[in-house]
Amino acid sequence: MMRDRRLASVMLAPAVLWVLAFFLLPFAGMVALSFARMQNRVVEPGFFADNYARFWSDPAIFKGLIVSLEITTTVTVISILLAYPLAWIIAMRVPAHWQRLALLLAVLPFWTSYVVRSYSWLLVLGQKGVVNNALMGAGIIAEPLGLSASRTATVIGFVHFFVMLLTLTIYANLRQLPPNYVRAAADLGAGPFRTFWHIILPLTLPGIVTGAFLTFVLCIGDYITPQILGGNNELTLPQIIMMQMGRQGNFPMAAALSVVLMGTVVLAYLACARWLRLDRI
Amino acid sequence: MTGTKNFQKIFAKNFLKILAPLYMAALYAFIFLPVVVLVIFSFQDGRLPVPPLKGITLKWYADVLSDRALLAALLNSLIVATISSATALVLGFLAATALARTLLPGSALIRGLLIAPMAVSTLIIALGLMNLWRELGLTVSLWATGIGHVIINLPLCFAILYAAMGDQHRSAERAARDLGASEARVLWHVTAPMLMPSLLAAFFLSVTFSWDEFIIAFLLTRFDVTLPVEIWSLLKSGLNPKTNAVGSLVFLISVAILILLELTAFRKRKP
Repeated sequence: MMRDRRLASVMLAPAVLWVLAFFLLPFAGMVALSFARMQNRVVEPGFFADNYARFWSDPAIFKGLIVSLEITTTVTVISILLAYPLAWIIAMRVPAHWQRLALLLAVLPFWTSYVVRSYSWLLVLGQKGVVNNALMGAGIIAEPLGLSASRTATVIGFVHFFVMLLTLTIYANLRQLPPNYVRAAADLGAGPFRTFWHIILPLTLPGIVTGAFLTFVLCIGDYITPQILGGNNELTLPQIIMMQMGRQGNFPMAAALSVVLMGTVVLAYLACARWLRLDRI
Repeated sequence: MTGTKNFQKIFAKNFLKILAPLYMAALYAFIFLPVVVLVIFSFQDGRLPVPPLKGITLKWYADVLSDRALLAALLNSLIVATISSATALVLGFLAATALARTLLPGSALIRGLLIAPMAVSTLIIALGLMNLWRELGLTVSLWATGIGHVIINLPLCFAILYAAMGDQHRSAERAARDLGASEARVLWHVTAPMLMPSLLAAFFLSVTFSWDEFIIAFLLTRFDVTLPVEIWSLLKSGLNPKTNAVGSLVFLISVAILILLELTAFRKRKP
Protein backbone atom coordinates (compact mmCIF):
# COMPACT_ATOMS: atom_id res chain seq x y z
CA MET A 1 0.00 0.00 0.00
CA MET A 2 2.80 2.36 0.96
CA ARG A 3 4.68 1.60 -2.25
CA ASP A 4 1.44 1.97 -4.18
CA ARG A 5 0.88 5.45 -2.83
CA ARG A 6 4.39 6.57 -3.59
CA LEU A 7 4.09 5.27 -7.13
CA ALA A 8 0.73 6.99 -7.59
CA SER A 9 2.23 10.28 -6.40
CA VAL A 10 5.06 9.95 -8.91
CA MET A 11 2.55 9.31 -11.67
CA LEU A 12 0.42 12.27 -10.63
CA ALA A 13 3.33 14.68 -10.27
CA PRO A 14 3.91 15.65 -13.93
CA ALA A 15 0.26 16.58 -14.58
CA VAL A 16 -0.14 18.41 -11.27
CA LEU A 17 3.15 20.29 -11.67
CA TRP A 18 2.24 21.27 -15.24
CA VAL A 19 -1.11 22.70 -14.14
CA LEU A 20 0.50 24.48 -11.16
CA ALA A 21 3.31 25.98 -13.23
CA PHE A 22 1.43 26.93 -16.38
CA PHE A 23 -2.08 27.55 -15.11
CA LEU A 24 -2.26 28.41 -11.40
CA LEU A 25 1.02 30.35 -11.16
CA PRO A 26 0.29 32.50 -14.25
CA PHE A 27 -3.19 33.16 -12.92
CA ALA A 28 -1.80 34.25 -9.54
CA GLY A 29 0.63 36.45 -11.44
CA MET A 30 -2.26 38.07 -13.28
CA VAL A 31 -4.11 38.78 -10.06
CA ALA A 32 -0.95 40.38 -8.66
CA LEU A 33 -0.46 42.39 -11.84
CA SER A 34 -4.04 43.64 -11.72
CA PHE A 35 -3.15 45.58 -8.55
CA ALA A 36 -0.14 47.26 -10.18
CA ARG A 37 -0.49 50.50 -12.12
CA MET A 38 1.02 52.26 -15.09
CA GLN A 39 3.31 55.20 -14.45
CA ASN A 40 4.71 56.89 -17.55
CA ARG A 41 4.17 53.77 -19.67
CA VAL A 42 6.02 51.59 -17.14
CA VAL A 43 4.38 49.02 -14.88
CA GLU A 44 4.70 50.04 -11.23
CA PRO A 45 4.19 46.99 -9.00
CA GLY A 46 2.32 47.45 -5.76
CA PHE A 47 -1.09 47.22 -4.26
CA PHE A 48 -3.31 49.81 -5.92
CA ALA A 49 -7.00 49.59 -6.66
CA ASP A 50 -6.68 52.02 -9.59
CA ASN A 51 -7.57 49.54 -12.30
CA TYR A 52 -10.66 48.26 -10.54
CA ALA A 53 -11.74 51.81 -9.74
CA ARG A 54 -11.36 52.71 -13.39
CA PHE A 55 -13.29 49.62 -14.47
CA TRP A 56 -16.12 50.73 -12.19
CA SER A 57 -16.13 54.40 -13.15
CA ASP A 58 -15.11 54.46 -16.82
CA PRO A 59 -18.38 53.91 -18.71
CA ALA A 60 -16.55 52.88 -21.91
CA ILE A 61 -14.95 49.98 -20.03
CA PHE A 62 -17.81 49.03 -17.71
CA LYS A 63 -20.16 48.88 -20.67
CA GLY A 64 -17.98 46.09 -22.09
CA LEU A 65 -19.04 43.80 -19.26
CA ILE A 66 -22.70 44.70 -19.78
CA VAL A 67 -22.45 44.11 -23.54
CA SER A 68 -20.71 40.77 -22.93
CA LEU A 69 -23.32 39.69 -20.40
CA GLU A 70 -26.20 40.69 -22.68
CA ILE A 71 -24.75 38.89 -25.71
CA THR A 72 -23.82 35.79 -23.70
CA THR A 73 -27.25 35.53 -22.06
CA THR A 74 -29.05 36.00 -25.38
CA VAL A 75 -26.83 33.42 -27.07
CA THR A 76 -27.20 30.86 -24.28
CA VAL A 77 -31.01 31.12 -24.19
CA ILE A 78 -31.51 31.06 -27.99
CA SER A 79 -29.02 28.20 -28.42
CA ILE A 80 -30.77 26.02 -25.83
CA LEU A 81 -34.21 26.77 -27.29
CA LEU A 82 -32.99 25.80 -30.77
CA ALA A 83 -30.79 22.85 -29.81
CA TYR A 84 -33.14 21.07 -27.39
CA PRO A 85 -35.83 20.22 -29.98
CA LEU A 86 -33.18 19.13 -32.47
CA ALA A 87 -31.51 16.84 -29.92
CA TRP A 88 -34.95 15.54 -28.90
CA ILE A 89 -35.94 14.80 -32.50
CA ILE A 90 -32.65 12.99 -33.16
CA ALA A 91 -32.90 10.97 -29.95
CA MET A 92 -36.62 10.15 -30.06
CA ARG A 93 -37.90 10.36 -33.63
CA VAL A 94 -34.94 9.33 -35.81
CA PRO A 95 -34.55 5.51 -36.23
CA ALA A 96 -31.78 4.20 -33.96
CA HIS A 97 -29.34 3.22 -36.69
CA TRP A 98 -29.55 6.67 -38.34
CA GLN A 99 -29.00 8.61 -35.12
CA ARG A 100 -25.24 8.54 -35.18
CA LEU A 101 -25.18 9.85 -38.76
CA ALA A 102 -27.77 12.53 -37.97
CA LEU A 103 -25.68 13.68 -35.03
CA LEU A 104 -22.43 13.66 -37.01
CA LEU A 105 -24.08 15.79 -39.68
CA ALA A 106 -25.49 18.19 -37.11
CA VAL A 107 -21.99 18.96 -35.85
CA LEU A 108 -20.05 18.67 -39.10
CA PRO A 109 -19.36 22.42 -39.48
CA PHE A 110 -17.79 22.19 -36.02
CA TRP A 111 -14.76 20.93 -37.88
CA THR A 112 -14.13 24.02 -39.95
CA SER A 113 -11.62 26.41 -38.48
CA TYR A 114 -13.16 28.62 -35.78
CA VAL A 115 -11.78 31.77 -37.39
CA VAL A 116 -13.06 30.73 -40.81
CA ARG A 117 -16.53 29.93 -39.44
CA SER A 118 -17.01 33.51 -38.29
CA TYR A 119 -15.65 34.73 -41.61
CA SER A 120 -18.18 32.54 -43.46
CA TRP A 121 -21.00 34.39 -41.74
CA LEU A 122 -19.63 37.58 -43.28
CA LEU A 123 -20.22 35.99 -46.68
CA VAL A 124 -23.79 35.19 -45.67
CA LEU A 125 -24.74 38.38 -43.81
CA GLY A 126 -22.56 41.02 -45.50
CA GLN A 127 -23.74 43.97 -47.62
CA LYS A 128 -23.36 41.93 -50.82
CA GLY A 129 -23.79 38.64 -49.00
CA VAL A 130 -26.07 35.72 -49.74
CA VAL A 131 -29.01 36.89 -47.63
CA ASN A 132 -29.13 40.42 -49.01
CA ASN A 133 -28.63 39.08 -52.50
CA ALA A 134 -31.50 36.64 -52.20
CA LEU A 135 -33.87 39.14 -50.57
CA MET A 136 -33.11 41.84 -53.14
CA GLY A 137 -33.31 39.35 -55.99
CA ALA A 138 -36.75 38.30 -54.78
CA GLY A 139 -37.76 41.95 -54.60
CA ILE A 140 -38.52 41.78 -50.87
CA ILE A 141 -36.14 44.61 -50.00
CA ALA A 142 -34.73 47.43 -52.11
CA GLU A 143 -31.73 48.35 -49.98
CA PRO A 144 -29.31 45.81 -48.44
CA LEU A 145 -29.96 45.15 -44.75
CA GLY A 146 -27.15 46.11 -42.41
CA LEU A 147 -26.85 42.62 -40.94
CA SER A 148 -23.11 42.28 -40.57
CA ALA A 149 -21.05 44.52 -38.30
CA SER A 150 -23.78 44.41 -35.65
CA ARG A 151 -24.73 42.63 -32.48
CA THR A 152 -27.20 40.54 -34.50
CA ALA A 153 -24.33 39.16 -36.58
CA THR A 154 -22.30 38.34 -33.45
CA VAL A 155 -25.27 36.56 -31.89
CA ILE A 156 -25.97 34.58 -35.09
CA GLY A 157 -22.33 33.53 -35.34
CA PHE A 158 -22.29 32.42 -31.70
CA VAL A 159 -25.67 30.65 -31.86
CA HIS A 160 -24.48 28.70 -34.88
CA PHE A 161 -21.53 27.35 -32.93
CA PHE A 162 -23.36 26.65 -29.68
CA VAL A 163 -26.41 24.99 -31.26
CA MET A 164 -23.99 22.33 -32.48
CA LEU A 165 -22.30 21.99 -29.09
CA LEU A 166 -25.57 21.88 -27.13
CA THR A 167 -27.20 19.41 -29.52
CA LEU A 168 -24.36 17.03 -28.66
CA THR A 169 -24.58 17.43 -24.87
CA ILE A 170 -28.40 17.37 -24.71
CA TYR A 171 -28.58 14.37 -27.04
CA ALA A 172 -26.15 12.47 -24.80
CA ASN A 173 -28.42 13.30 -21.88
CA LEU A 174 -31.63 12.25 -23.61
CA ARG A 175 -30.08 8.91 -24.57
CA GLN A 176 -29.40 8.13 -20.92
CA LEU A 177 -33.10 8.39 -20.11
CA PRO A 178 -34.54 4.94 -19.48
CA PRO A 179 -37.22 4.47 -22.21
CA ASN A 180 -39.43 2.78 -19.58
CA TYR A 181 -40.07 6.11 -17.87
CA VAL A 182 -41.60 7.57 -21.01
CA ARG A 183 -43.59 4.39 -21.63
CA ALA A 184 -44.79 4.31 -18.04
CA ALA A 185 -45.99 7.90 -18.29
CA ALA A 186 -47.85 7.07 -21.50
CA ASP A 187 -49.44 3.98 -19.90
CA LEU A 188 -50.65 6.11 -17.02
CA GLY A 189 -52.38 8.37 -19.53
CA ALA A 190 -50.00 11.29 -19.95
CA GLY A 191 -49.90 12.88 -23.40
CA PRO A 192 -46.61 13.68 -25.13
CA PHE A 193 -46.54 17.21 -23.78
CA ARG A 194 -47.16 16.18 -20.18
CA THR A 195 -44.58 13.41 -20.46
CA PHE A 196 -42.10 15.92 -21.72
CA TRP A 197 -42.86 18.53 -19.07
CA HIS A 198 -43.00 16.20 -16.05
CA ILE A 199 -40.57 13.41 -16.99
CA ILE A 200 -38.12 14.25 -19.76
CA LEU A 201 -37.38 17.88 -19.01
CA PRO A 202 -36.63 17.50 -15.27
CA LEU A 203 -34.42 14.47 -15.92
CA THR A 204 -32.40 16.24 -18.62
CA LEU A 205 -31.99 19.43 -16.62
CA PRO A 206 -28.43 18.58 -15.45
CA GLY A 207 -27.38 18.16 -19.07
CA ILE A 208 -28.98 21.46 -20.04
CA VAL A 209 -27.30 23.29 -17.19
CA THR A 210 -23.90 21.78 -17.97
CA GLY A 211 -24.28 22.77 -21.61
CA ALA A 212 -25.48 26.24 -20.68
CA PHE A 213 -22.51 26.74 -18.37
CA LEU A 214 -20.09 25.61 -21.07
CA THR A 215 -21.78 27.98 -23.52
CA PHE A 216 -21.55 30.81 -21.02
CA VAL A 217 -17.82 30.27 -20.36
CA LEU A 218 -16.84 29.87 -24.01
CA CYS A 219 -19.06 32.71 -25.21
CA ILE A 220 -18.16 35.36 -22.65
CA GLY A 221 -14.43 34.78 -23.14
CA ASP A 222 -14.46 34.75 -26.93
CA TYR A 223 -12.61 37.44 -28.84
CA ILE A 224 -12.86 36.25 -32.45
CA THR A 225 -16.59 36.21 -33.15
CA PRO A 226 -17.40 39.76 -31.95
CA GLN A 227 -14.17 41.04 -33.49
CA ILE A 228 -15.03 39.66 -36.94
CA LEU A 229 -18.81 40.06 -36.92
CA GLY A 230 -19.61 42.73 -34.35
CA GLY A 231 -18.38 45.92 -36.03
CA ASN A 232 -17.15 48.93 -34.08
CA ASN A 233 -20.37 50.14 -32.46
CA GLU A 234 -19.85 48.28 -29.23
CA LEU A 235 -17.03 46.26 -27.73
CA THR A 236 -17.22 43.14 -25.59
CA LEU A 237 -15.03 42.63 -22.51
CA PRO A 238 -12.49 40.39 -24.32
CA GLN A 239 -12.20 42.99 -27.08
CA ILE A 240 -11.50 45.70 -24.50
CA ILE A 241 -8.94 43.44 -22.79
CA MET A 242 -7.14 42.88 -26.08
CA MET A 243 -7.25 46.60 -26.82
CA GLN A 244 -5.84 47.53 -23.41
CA MET A 245 -3.03 45.10 -23.96
CA GLY A 246 -2.29 45.76 -27.60
CA ARG A 247 -2.85 49.34 -28.57
CA GLN A 248 -2.63 50.82 -25.07
CA GLY A 249 0.10 48.54 -23.72
CA ASN A 250 -1.65 48.66 -20.35
CA PHE A 251 -1.00 45.18 -18.97
CA PRO A 252 -2.24 45.87 -15.41
CA MET A 253 -5.60 47.09 -16.75
CA ALA A 254 -5.88 44.05 -19.05
CA ALA A 255 -5.09 41.83 -16.05
CA ALA A 256 -7.73 43.53 -13.89
CA LEU A 257 -10.37 43.09 -16.60
CA SER A 258 -9.36 39.43 -16.94
CA VAL A 259 -9.91 39.01 -13.19
CA VAL A 260 -13.36 40.59 -13.64
CA LEU A 261 -14.06 38.14 -16.49
CA MET A 262 -12.92 35.26 -14.33
CA GLY A 263 -15.07 36.50 -11.45
CA THR A 264 -18.11 36.55 -13.72
CA VAL A 265 -17.46 32.93 -14.73
CA VAL A 266 -17.05 31.92 -11.07
CA LEU A 267 -20.39 33.58 -10.22
CA ALA A 268 -22.03 31.70 -13.09
CA TYR A 269 -20.45 28.51 -11.79
CA LEU A 270 -21.77 29.05 -8.27
CA ALA A 271 -25.21 29.83 -9.67
CA CYS A 272 -25.48 26.44 -11.34
CA ALA A 273 -23.03 24.34 -9.30
CA ARG A 274 -25.90 22.21 -7.96
CA TRP A 275 -26.62 20.70 -11.35
CA LEU A 276 -23.17 20.79 -12.95
CA ARG A 277 -21.45 17.59 -14.03
CA LEU A 278 -18.22 18.96 -15.44
CA ASP A 279 -16.28 15.75 -14.90
CA ARG A 280 -18.82 13.80 -16.96
CA ILE A 281 -18.70 15.73 -20.20
CA MET B 1 -63.39 14.45 -21.44
CA THR B 2 -62.11 11.39 -23.28
CA GLY B 3 -62.90 13.20 -26.50
CA THR B 4 -60.63 16.10 -25.78
CA LYS B 5 -57.89 13.78 -24.59
CA ASN B 6 -58.12 11.70 -27.76
CA PHE B 7 -58.12 14.80 -29.88
CA GLN B 8 -55.12 16.05 -27.98
CA LYS B 9 -53.27 12.81 -28.61
CA ILE B 10 -54.08 12.66 -32.31
CA PHE B 11 -53.21 16.31 -32.69
CA ALA B 12 -49.90 15.86 -30.89
CA LYS B 13 -49.01 12.81 -32.96
CA ASN B 14 -49.65 14.42 -36.36
CA PHE B 15 -48.29 17.75 -35.29
CA LEU B 16 -44.98 16.09 -34.41
CA LYS B 17 -45.00 13.96 -37.54
CA ILE B 18 -45.08 17.06 -39.72
CA LEU B 19 -43.22 19.49 -37.54
CA ALA B 20 -40.25 17.30 -36.56
CA PRO B 21 -38.86 16.83 -40.10
CA LEU B 22 -39.52 20.48 -40.93
CA TYR B 23 -37.72 21.65 -37.83
CA MET B 24 -34.83 19.31 -38.47
CA ALA B 25 -34.50 20.51 -42.08
CA ALA B 26 -34.56 24.17 -41.00
CA LEU B 27 -31.86 23.66 -38.40
CA TYR B 28 -29.64 21.62 -40.68
CA ALA B 29 -29.99 24.38 -43.27
CA PHE B 30 -28.93 26.96 -40.67
CA ILE B 31 -26.01 24.80 -39.53
CA PHE B 32 -24.77 24.11 -43.04
CA LEU B 33 -25.44 27.49 -44.66
CA PRO B 34 -22.11 29.21 -43.88
CA VAL B 35 -20.02 26.14 -44.74
CA VAL B 36 -21.79 25.58 -48.05
CA VAL B 37 -21.38 29.26 -48.98
CA LEU B 38 -17.72 29.09 -47.95
CA VAL B 39 -16.98 26.07 -50.14
CA ILE B 40 -19.02 27.21 -53.17
CA PHE B 41 -17.36 30.61 -53.36
CA SER B 42 -13.87 29.17 -52.91
CA PHE B 43 -14.30 28.32 -56.61
CA GLN B 44 -15.37 31.89 -57.51
CA ASP B 45 -13.86 33.13 -60.76
CA GLY B 46 -13.64 36.72 -59.57
CA ARG B 47 -12.30 38.81 -56.73
CA LEU B 48 -15.26 38.71 -54.34
CA PRO B 49 -16.54 35.48 -52.76
CA VAL B 50 -20.21 36.61 -52.85
CA PRO B 51 -23.04 36.02 -55.35
CA PRO B 52 -23.30 35.87 -58.27
CA LEU B 53 -21.02 32.93 -58.99
CA LYS B 54 -19.21 34.11 -62.08
CA GLY B 55 -17.54 30.86 -63.00
CA ILE B 56 -15.59 27.96 -61.58
CA THR B 57 -11.84 28.13 -61.06
CA LEU B 58 -9.22 26.34 -58.99
CA LYS B 59 -6.99 29.44 -59.08
CA TRP B 60 -7.49 30.21 -55.36
CA TYR B 61 -6.48 26.71 -54.33
CA ALA B 62 -3.34 27.03 -56.44
CA ASP B 63 -2.77 30.37 -54.70
CA VAL B 64 -3.04 28.74 -51.28
CA LEU B 65 -0.77 25.85 -52.15
CA SER B 66 1.95 28.19 -53.43
CA ASP B 67 1.72 30.49 -50.37
CA ARG B 68 4.84 29.71 -48.35
CA ALA B 69 3.73 31.52 -45.21
CA LEU B 70 0.48 29.55 -45.15
CA LEU B 71 2.18 26.22 -45.71
CA ALA B 72 4.77 26.97 -43.02
CA ALA B 73 1.93 27.87 -40.64
CA LEU B 74 0.13 24.64 -41.54
CA LEU B 75 3.25 22.62 -40.74
CA ASN B 76 3.71 24.53 -37.46
CA SER B 77 0.10 23.80 -36.52
CA LEU B 78 0.52 20.09 -37.21
CA ILE B 79 3.71 19.92 -35.13
CA VAL B 80 2.29 21.88 -32.20
CA ALA B 81 -0.97 19.90 -32.27
CA THR B 82 0.78 16.52 -32.34
CA ILE B 83 3.39 17.22 -29.67
CA SER B 84 1.09 19.07 -27.28
CA SER B 85 -1.66 16.44 -27.63
CA ALA B 86 0.80 13.59 -27.05
CA THR B 87 2.09 15.40 -23.94
CA ALA B 88 -1.42 16.03 -22.63
CA LEU B 89 -2.32 12.40 -23.31
CA VAL B 90 0.67 10.98 -21.41
CA LEU B 91 0.21 13.34 -18.45
CA GLY B 92 -3.54 12.71 -18.40
CA PHE B 93 -3.10 8.95 -18.66
CA LEU B 94 -0.60 8.75 -15.80
CA ALA B 95 -2.70 11.01 -13.58
CA ALA B 96 -5.97 9.21 -14.37
CA THR B 97 -4.42 5.79 -13.67
CA ALA B 98 -2.92 6.97 -10.40
CA LEU B 99 -6.17 8.52 -9.18
CA ALA B 100 -8.38 5.66 -10.34
CA ARG B 101 -6.48 2.86 -8.63
CA THR B 102 -5.05 4.41 -5.46
CA LEU B 103 -6.86 6.16 -2.65
CA LEU B 104 -4.81 9.28 -2.09
CA PRO B 105 -5.43 12.02 0.46
CA GLY B 106 -6.90 15.05 -1.26
CA SER B 107 -7.71 13.20 -4.46
CA ALA B 108 -10.93 15.18 -4.97
CA LEU B 109 -8.91 18.38 -4.78
CA ILE B 110 -6.37 17.07 -7.30
CA ARG B 111 -9.15 16.00 -9.66
CA GLY B 112 -10.64 19.48 -9.37
CA LEU B 113 -7.28 21.09 -10.09
CA LEU B 114 -6.74 18.97 -13.21
CA ILE B 115 -10.25 19.73 -14.53
CA ALA B 116 -10.17 23.44 -13.61
CA PRO B 117 -8.63 24.84 -16.83
CA MET B 118 -11.71 23.54 -18.67
CA ALA B 119 -13.87 26.12 -16.92
CA VAL B 120 -11.54 29.06 -17.57
CA SER B 121 -11.63 31.17 -20.71
CA THR B 122 -8.73 30.46 -23.05
CA LEU B 123 -8.13 34.20 -23.19
CA ILE B 124 -7.29 34.24 -19.48
CA ILE B 125 -4.97 31.23 -19.80
CA ALA B 126 -3.25 32.95 -22.73
CA LEU B 127 -2.85 36.29 -20.95
CA GLY B 128 -1.50 34.56 -17.84
CA LEU B 129 1.12 32.66 -19.82
CA MET B 130 2.03 35.76 -21.81
CA ASN B 131 2.55 37.69 -18.58
CA LEU B 132 4.60 34.85 -17.07
CA TRP B 133 6.81 34.76 -20.16
CA ARG B 134 7.23 38.53 -19.96
CA GLU B 135 8.19 38.38 -16.26
CA LEU B 136 10.68 35.61 -16.90
CA GLY B 137 12.16 37.50 -19.84
CA LEU B 138 11.47 34.64 -22.26
CA THR B 139 10.51 35.27 -25.88
CA VAL B 140 7.20 33.91 -27.03
CA SER B 141 7.40 30.99 -29.44
CA LEU B 142 5.67 27.90 -30.73
CA TRP B 143 6.95 26.15 -27.59
CA ALA B 144 5.02 28.57 -25.42
CA THR B 145 1.95 27.93 -27.57
CA GLY B 146 2.39 24.18 -27.19
CA ILE B 147 2.68 24.50 -23.41
CA GLY B 148 -0.57 26.46 -23.38
CA HIS B 149 -2.27 23.87 -25.57
CA VAL B 150 -1.31 21.15 -23.09
CA ILE B 151 -3.14 23.19 -20.42
CA ILE B 152 -6.38 23.26 -22.43
CA ASN B 153 -6.14 19.59 -23.49
CA LEU B 154 -4.97 17.99 -20.25
CA PRO B 155 -8.41 18.33 -18.52
CA LEU B 156 -10.04 16.75 -21.55
CA CYS B 157 -7.61 13.81 -21.73
CA PHE B 158 -7.76 13.31 -17.97
CA ALA B 159 -11.57 13.40 -17.85
CA ILE B 160 -12.02 11.00 -20.78
CA LEU B 161 -9.47 8.49 -19.45
CA TYR B 162 -10.57 8.74 -15.82
CA ALA B 163 -14.17 8.06 -16.85
CA ALA B 164 -13.06 5.06 -18.93
CA MET B 165 -11.26 3.27 -16.10
CA GLY B 166 -13.49 0.62 -14.61
CA ASP B 167 -13.09 -2.18 -12.10
CA GLN B 168 -12.59 -4.84 -14.76
CA HIS B 169 -9.36 -3.05 -15.69
CA ARG B 170 -8.15 -3.17 -12.15
CA SER B 171 -8.52 -6.94 -11.84
CA ALA B 172 -6.62 -7.48 -15.10
CA GLU B 173 -3.86 -5.25 -13.80
CA ARG B 174 -3.76 -7.14 -10.49
CA ALA B 175 -3.50 -10.42 -12.39
CA ALA B 176 -0.56 -9.11 -14.41
CA ARG B 177 1.12 -7.88 -11.25
CA ASP B 178 0.58 -11.20 -9.50
CA LEU B 179 2.25 -12.88 -12.44
CA GLY B 180 5.32 -10.74 -11.77
CA ALA B 181 5.00 -7.85 -14.24
CA SER B 182 6.61 -4.58 -13.19
CA GLU B 183 4.45 -1.44 -12.87
CA ALA B 184 5.78 0.00 -16.12
CA ARG B 185 4.99 -3.24 -17.95
CA VAL B 186 1.49 -3.38 -16.47
CA LEU B 187 0.84 0.18 -17.72
CA TRP B 188 2.26 -0.48 -21.15
CA HIS B 189 0.96 -4.02 -21.82
CA VAL B 190 -2.29 -4.11 -19.84
CA THR B 191 -3.72 -0.71 -18.93
CA ALA B 192 -2.95 1.18 -22.13
CA PRO B 193 -4.19 -1.49 -24.60
CA MET B 194 -7.45 -1.89 -22.67
CA LEU B 195 -8.02 1.85 -22.84
CA MET B 196 -7.02 2.15 -26.50
CA PRO B 197 -10.36 3.50 -27.84
CA SER B 198 -10.45 6.19 -25.15
CA LEU B 199 -6.77 6.99 -25.65
CA LEU B 200 -7.32 7.47 -29.38
CA ALA B 201 -10.45 9.54 -28.83
CA ALA B 202 -8.69 11.79 -26.31
CA PHE B 203 -5.67 12.19 -28.58
CA PHE B 204 -7.61 13.07 -31.74
CA LEU B 205 -9.95 15.43 -29.90
CA SER B 206 -6.90 17.19 -28.44
CA VAL B 207 -5.31 17.41 -31.88
CA THR B 208 -8.39 19.06 -33.35
CA PHE B 209 -8.69 21.51 -30.44
CA SER B 210 -5.03 22.48 -30.63
CA TRP B 211 -5.18 22.66 -34.44
CA ASP B 212 -8.07 25.12 -34.23
CA GLU B 213 -6.95 27.14 -31.20
CA PHE B 214 -6.48 30.84 -31.90
CA ILE B 215 -6.03 33.12 -28.91
CA ILE B 216 -3.13 31.30 -27.17
CA ALA B 217 -1.30 30.96 -30.48
CA PHE B 218 -2.03 34.59 -31.34
CA LEU B 219 -0.61 35.94 -28.08
CA LEU B 220 2.25 33.48 -27.64
CA THR B 221 3.86 33.46 -31.08
CA ARG B 222 5.56 36.19 -33.02
CA PHE B 223 7.29 35.18 -36.26
CA ASP B 224 6.57 31.47 -36.50
CA VAL B 225 2.79 31.30 -36.29
CA THR B 226 0.14 28.59 -36.46
CA LEU B 227 -2.49 28.26 -39.16
CA PRO B 228 -5.40 30.04 -37.38
CA VAL B 229 -3.13 33.05 -36.74
CA GLU B 230 -2.02 33.12 -40.38
CA ILE B 231 -5.66 32.91 -41.50
CA TRP B 232 -6.43 35.78 -39.11
CA SER B 233 -3.90 37.97 -40.88
CA LEU B 234 -5.44 36.96 -44.23
CA LEU B 235 -8.77 38.33 -42.97
CA LYS B 236 -7.36 41.84 -42.82
CA SER B 237 -7.58 41.97 -46.62
CA GLY B 238 -11.37 41.65 -46.32
CA LEU B 239 -13.50 39.20 -48.28
CA ASN B 240 -11.23 37.11 -50.45
CA PRO B 241 -11.83 33.79 -52.25
CA LYS B 242 -8.37 32.71 -51.12
CA THR B 243 -9.59 32.73 -47.51
CA ASN B 244 -12.50 30.57 -48.67
CA ALA B 245 -10.05 28.13 -50.23
CA VAL B 246 -7.96 27.92 -47.03
CA GLY B 247 -11.11 27.41 -44.97
CA SER B 248 -12.38 24.68 -47.29
CA LEU B 249 -9.03 22.88 -47.13
CA VAL B 250 -8.98 23.05 -43.32
CA PHE B 251 -12.51 21.66 -43.30
CA LEU B 252 -11.44 18.81 -45.57
CA ILE B 253 -8.45 17.92 -43.37
CA SER B 254 -10.52 18.05 -40.18
CA VAL B 255 -13.25 15.87 -41.66
CA ALA B 256 -10.55 13.41 -42.76
CA ILE B 257 -9.31 13.26 -39.15
CA LEU B 258 -12.91 12.83 -37.98
CA ILE B 259 -13.51 9.92 -40.35
CA LEU B 260 -10.27 8.34 -39.18
CA LEU B 261 -11.47 8.73 -35.59
CA GLU B 262 -14.86 7.26 -36.48
CA LEU B 263 -13.23 4.24 -38.13
CA THR B 264 -10.70 3.58 -35.35
CA ALA B 265 -11.56 4.84 -31.90
CA PHE B 266 -15.33 4.82 -31.95
CA ARG B 267 -15.96 1.80 -34.16
CA LYS B 268 -16.68 -0.73 -31.44
CA ARG B 269 -18.50 1.67 -29.17
CA LYS B 270 -22.22 1.98 -28.92
CA PRO B 271 -23.50 5.37 -30.07
